[in-house]
Amino acid sequence: MRHIISLLMENEAGALSRVAGLFSARGYNIESLTVAPTEDPTLSRMTIVTSGSDAVIEQINKQLNKLIDVAAVMDLSEGEHLERELMLVKVRSESTTREELKRMTNILHARVIDESESTCTLELTDTCARLDSFLQTIGPDRILETVRTGALGIGRGERILKL
Amino acid sequence: MELTGAEITIRCLQEEGVEYIFGYPGGAVLFIYDALFNQDKVKHILVRHEQAALHAADGYARSSDQVGVALVTSGPGLTNAVTGIATAYMDSIPIVVISGQVPSYAIGEDAFQEVDSVGITRPCVKHNFLIKDVKDIAPTIKKAFYLAKSGRPGPVLVDIPKDISNQKTEFIYPDSVSIRSYHPVGEGDGVQIARAAQMLLEAKRPMIYSGGGVILSGASAQLIELVRLLGFPCTNTLMGLGAYPATDKQFVGMPGMHGTYEACMAMQHCDVLLAVGARFDDRVIGNVENFAQIPRKIIHIDIDPSSIAKRVKVDVPVVGDLKLVLNQLLSVLRNGKQKPDASDLAAWWKQVNEWRAKGGGLRYNNSSEIIKPQYVIEKLYEVTGGDAFVTSDVGQHQMWAAQYYKFDKPRRWINSGGLGTMGFGLPAAMGVQLINPGAAVACVTGEGSIQMNIQELSTCKQFHLPIKVVSLNNRYLGMVRQWQQFFHGNRYAESYMDALPDFVKLTEAYGHVGMRIDKPSDVEPALREAFARKKDLVFMDFQTDPLENVFPMVPGGKGLSEVMLDPNAPHPQVEDL
Repeated sequence: MRHIISLLMENEAGALSRVAGLFSARGYNIESLTVAPTEDPTLSRMTIVTSGSDAVIEQINKQLNKLIDVAAVMDLSEGEHLERELMLVKVRSESTTREELKRMTNILHARVIDESESTCTLELTDTCARLDSFLQTIGPDRILETVRTGALGIGRGERILKL
Repeated sequence: MELTGAEITIRCLQEEGVEYIFGYPGGAVLFIYDALFNQDKVKHILVRHEQAALHAADGYARSSDQVGVALVTSGPGLTNAVTGIATAYMDSIPIVVISGQVPSYAIGEDAFQEVDSVGITRPCVKHNFLIKDVKDIAPTIKKAFYLAKSGRPGPVLVDIPKDISNQKTEFIYPDSVSIRSYHPVGEGDGVQIARAAQMLLEAKRPMIYSGGGVILSGASAQLIELVRLLGFPCTNTLMGLGAYPATDKQFVGMPGMHGTYEACMAMQHCDVLLAVGARFDDRVIGNVENFAQIPRKIIHIDIDPSSIAKRVKVDVPVVGDLKLVLNQLLSVLRNGKQKPDASDLAAWWKQVNEWRAKGGGLRYNNSSEIIKPQYVIEKLYEVTGGDAFVTSDVGQHQMWAAQYYKFDKPRRWINSGGLGTMGFGLPAAMGVQLINPGAAVACVTGEGSIQMNIQELSTCKQFHLPIKVVSLNNRYLGMVRQWQQFFHGNRYAESYMDALPDFVKLTEAYGHVGMRIDKPSDVEPALREAFARKKDLVFMDFQTDPLENVFPMVPGGKGLSEVMLDPNAPHPQVEDL
């Protein structure tokens, strides 16, 4: 099953490789991993999307907690949470098709952030699943490149991951 | 006063009360060696290979409750040490490794003797640090010692670039250490412990299975009290031998691949299994599916949550320091009125004793013509009064030592259980002898393993370490040969040890006493003579039966109930194995 795990860790060189190494050494799967410092610059927050049996997910959580640099771990999928992912998509956009593309981006709540004579770059923030369906709607023939951040997650309401 | 990073490093070791460090100098640690030269509190033991430095520090830690310390240079110094670091990691041994690194400005330039030490050791340390500022040395070393010995112990590496070891700063050693992301556990959860107590009291076929964690936690006394209070059978894993006295009648022997028949059967058929500081290793419980065939409730006490429910499902997990948790459990049991059901327990013991009789204990077919390796260990046990520190290498001799030397005290049996590192025994014995001066220290080895670190005979000479090397020389890599005999159609691929040196001459060349023993009747006199030589290292080259196999044996991938007994040993006939 798919799980989204958030963790707080020391913002130090090597911390990221300890987490990545844990997954690769034990054969765990990483769908996406995203990391950046928090409002406290000595801490980084990482979001990992992974999948596995209940036993594997339990081990992942325990192993993450065991890392000395990791201060707190929360499996967001165990409760109510929100997920967002940012995606940039560059599409082929000739003058003849541009209007249609813009209509579509409006409907799908994407933003145009760059245009050239033949291309158009869109920005979209949504759940991973909606980003997938956006790409399907645009169609693979038109897409020149895509770049995605991987999912970010946060608990709903009073579900807070903080030291 | 300002001190250099190198001086600070040595001062930190002094502050930690370190008496011995094991190391090997090189370019990147020259300043640290210079600082070592200018003092006499920390004594340096010069090994002949960095792997041995780690194993010696490891033996030092295992046979005491101290942190072992090793000092190695960058590049090959560190890579040589990796096997020793991984050995300590697998068995949760507290070690601080200080490694030199190329100057900080040269890192990443493929400098001479440069290797990414923090990267290479990351998967086999509890934690590691690369020092980037001389001011960080003292607080980092403080943290390293704290991390190594607290919680589930393990090796911690501190990598110090050469230029930083020569920069100066004020030396302040922190009084205390706190790491916001690290909180080792103490007592266990009271509710879980009460549940565990109830489950134990209601068990009809209870079994206590204890591992290396009991020794690491110093909880042997608590374990003994618990086993006696409840009256249950107890087994110790390879790593846990000595935590419960092997000569006690409630001890059923070691479980697992080369465990006793009764320990294997009792593990398999119990209805409540209390696991204490043991991790359901594949060599201990065999095939997981087979183990799960007979339903049993499992209570698992461990300091490391990730050890719980890793290989088997656990009904009552208790996370905590074993010594504290066992004290809690004991107080619940003592304060309660309920006792285990005497008739159920008597019936269970009857069954266990039947297995004991069926298995016939540990037996082998002794001979008056050829030395049986088991016989050497039995005599070693007798000659040393069961009170020696015994280190071992890895293979058949390790299993025979574990089976036939009946360890009654913790920290007496020193072996590489998790990683299974050949070459461990002799350097580990050096560390054991240093922290236990005057004690009888035996290194049980084979002609294969001993050659992996035989150069340490030179270290033993320099530092007057009167270790007794008990080499069971069967001219084969015996355990490999045994598996080839059983599972690979007797095709002994590369398991024959040809062109062996004359170990007596070799030992003498290093300045020690060598003996070659060919006849069974000479085994005991040789051991007596060797152990009487209190000041000498004696290398005993026992010429043993080349084709002897280790039994009982649970073949790899099989379940505990599929344990095979020695077909040649004079044990009672068992038809329903």
